[in-house]
Amino acid sequence: MRLFPADPPPGPARPGFWRSPLRGPWLTAVLGLGLLVLLALVTITGFLSHAAYQGALGHNAIVPFDRDLPLLRDLGWPTSPSWLYAATQGIHVTVGIVAVPLVLAKLWSVIPRLWSWPPLRDAAHLLERVTLLLLVGGILFQLATGIVNAQLYYPFKFNFVVAHYYGAWVFTAALVLHVAIKAGSIRRALRARGALGPVRDAVASRTPEPYEPDGLVAPTPAAVTISRRGVFGLLGGAMGALFVVQAGQAIGGPLRPLAVLATRGGSNFAGPQGFPVNHTAAAARITPQLVGPAWRLELVGARTVRLTRAELLAMEQHSEELPIACVEGWSALQTWTGVRLRDLAARCGAAGASEVMVESVQPAGVLRRASLDSGQIDDTRSLLALRVGGEDLAPDHGYPARVIVPALPGVHCTKWVGRMTFTGGGRA
Amino acid sequence: MIALFRRGYGASPLHLVGCVAVLAVTALIVSWMADLRGATNALAWFLAAAVLHDLVFLPAYSLLDRIGRTVEGPAAGRARVPVVNHVRVPAVLCGLLFLVFFPLILGLQPSGYLGATGREPEGYLAAWVAISVGLLIASAALYALRALRARRRAGGEQLDDAGVAAGEREAPGG
Repeated sequence: MRLFPADPPPGPARPGFWRSPLRGPWLTAVLGLGLLVLLALVTITGFLSHAAYQGALGHNAIVPFDRDLPLLRDLGWPTSPSWLYAATQGIHVTVGIVAVPLVLAKLWSVIPRLWSWPPLRDAAHLLERVTLLLLVGGILFQLATGIVNAQLYYPFKFNFVVAHYYGAWVFTAALVLHVAIKAGSIRRALRARGALGPVRDAVASRTPEPYEPDGLVAPTPAAVTISRRGVFGLLGGAMGALFVVQAGQAIGGPLRPLAVLATRGGSNFAGPQGFPVNHTAAAARITPQLVGPAWRLELVGARTVRLTRAELLAMEQHSEELPIACVEGWSALQTWTGVRLRDLAARCGAAGASEVMVESVQPAGVLRRASLDSGQIDDTRSLLALRVGGEDLAPDHGYPARVIVPALPGVHCTKWVGRMTFTGGGRA
Repeated sequence: MIALFRRGYGASPLHLVGCVAVLAVTALIVSWMADLRGATNALAWFLAAAVLHDLVFLPAYSLLDRIGRTVEGPAAGRARVPVVNHVRVPAVLCGLLFLVFFPLILGLQPSGYLGATGREPEGYLAAWVAISVGLLIASAALYALRALRARRRAGGEQLDDAGVAAGEREAPGG
């Protein structure tokens, strides 16, 4: 019993339809291995970012608490090294963007497979094709949603954080299976021709890979218009170009002005407090009344204490050089000055508290509050900052007071702080 | 036993286990996602991403490339330096930059950008145009240089073997 005729209909299902002299198992194996390295970096740093949000604390969870993997949700997040989140999230966003040309090239190299004839050979083929749809849909969904989110563009109706996190699970599962299934083909292709041999050998690299029936090599290849070395040069150039116009917002310093296409790059972010923000005071609907002379910081512990900004400035001040690092992949190293969180805990009789919920005076928004754990409260570098770079905080940077904690995601470094509620383990 | 399984299924039992595991993860995620905001929209994006890439985007750029090569076709026979990659390379680079950064380049999120950064989304279109023009000029200059050198070489060859090189020479002295 045969579902499909033996011969494919005219069109892409015919082997002769695909004529590029470049396609072949070696090219696909090399592109796949390169991509695997990049995507492993992106995937691991992505899951680390989820851990850094510490969904087990307070109201931190954005992904529904009971629909998450407890392992990642409860993993916790250290405060050292202070640049940890700046590094992991900078890698996540930058490498994700740099991987785009490689993803497209890899998909191009295997497109004849989409049209292979017969479309379904057996149950194994059907199942594998479904998992390949999850793999291809998964990587493109992750790249598309991540890239538009980093550019503050939301053409979709779903919550980005939730969908990008759930999408990562589907994609990662499909990727692991794909690598397991293809490991043998990769080994064979590299053993036959070496990892870089065909690129190094410019003369040989112009000839197509050896033809095999039902493989990726075109049976009637067209004339060569670009060598294999040229393809890899073009790929490297494309990845390099994306790196240059993007990476500066994560690396900072002299590279920031070079990042002319990055959301927080270019020369727009100069000046003492010109470093980027994730949310302006205006967007958070912070009014002068909310942060004017009537503003008080309410500390809730064994007792409740209300402090004016002058009273906070009268407490022992500490300066720390710490990065503010955003989930959108930018970071900036700044010198913050303010009161240690542990001193504030002691002030309201909550020394040794296991958790603090920091709330902004911002009237609405999911990230108007964030909870920190005992390690973050106790770290002597964790501050309620009143000043940055020797100046009072600008309104957009959280005046009158904001949290800055080493290695903590920027959106959890709450701005315009109005109340801190310490719980657990307090002693007066 | 395993051979029998292979004959019926088409691959090893491990293959089946792996596929079922991936489908199980997907089913769990779908069940978690199902009653959340925009669940069907997310599913549509997921499927559209794969379909649009494989059936629209890839065929479109392949067709563009083929048209480009056809246009060059007859000239390529005569010219010593093919033009195709001097168009392809800058086109791929500025196309990719546009593909990745089009929301900023086209300013598709003006109020969101202002609210998030405190600045107007200015300068992105200009930066992209400047990069693209720069790449095209650099590529054209490189082509001119290569064509000149090829012509020089052809001129040199003519001295050695006039019969071969003369027909390919386009300008005297070159």
